[in-house]
Amino acid sequence: MIEVLYFAWLRERIGERSEQIETQATTVADLVEELRGRSEAHALAFSDMASVRVALDQELTGMDAPLSGVREVAFFPPMTGG
Amino acid sequence: MSVRVQSEPFDMGAEVAAFSDTTAGAGAVVTFSGLVRDEGGMMQTMEIEHYPGMTEKALTAIESEANARWGLTGTLIIHRYGTLSPGEQIMMVATAARHRADAFAAAAFLMDYLKSRAPFWKKETGAKGTTWVDAKDEDEAALDRWSDQREGRGPES
Repeated sequence: MIEVLYFAWLRERIGERSEQIETQATTVADLVEELRGRSEAHALAFSDMASVRVALDQELTGMDAPLSGVREVAFFPPMTGG
Repeated sequence: MSVRVQSEPFDMGAEVAAFSDTTAGAGAVVTFSGLVRDEGGMMQTMEIEHYPGMTEKALTAIESEANARWGLTGTLIIHRYGTLSPGEQIMMVATAARHRADAFAAAAFLMDYLKSRAPFWKKETGAKGTTWVDAKDEDEAALDRWSDQREGRGPES
């Protein structure tokens, strides 16, 4: 079981801050493919992956990163701090 | 080294005075603060969302990197979240070093990294409605100037 978090417009489009997901996905990209199948809102949120960033256990990484041992996955748009 | 993520406003003068008092050995303190623009009266509010936990980790990592590069005598990062009005302070950084070149370079470095590597997102509400602020290509490009000068003093200018 992993916790999937959404921020900014991904959170708004999906309508959830977080979800508990039971998954066999081995990479972030596989997980995204699975999430797209959950609802139309998910499919829309993940329709333009150039605008989506991912963090595994609060470390920024890439879509091809492996999920083994990961407890928290967060999806969000490019950051706009400062 | 100090990182604070908070919704409350901060008093920049008091923060800088306290920071300067505790940074032993410094000959230079550089500060920067970012404000909510009013966009000619068009901006009403700015909402800042962040990722609690990752935000503190990312800011601490950026701060550690700045210290490793420039051997600073102190750093302070304060970043707010929540709903802000035009003119309000969003964030500040302060860097202290023996000499000004290091303090200036480290402050610019902290700002460049904070822009695109700290998990904050801004949503603006103005006369034309509400929109998420898009990340700028130039902010991402600004990181490149630090990539091959680990021992350097900063970007060429």
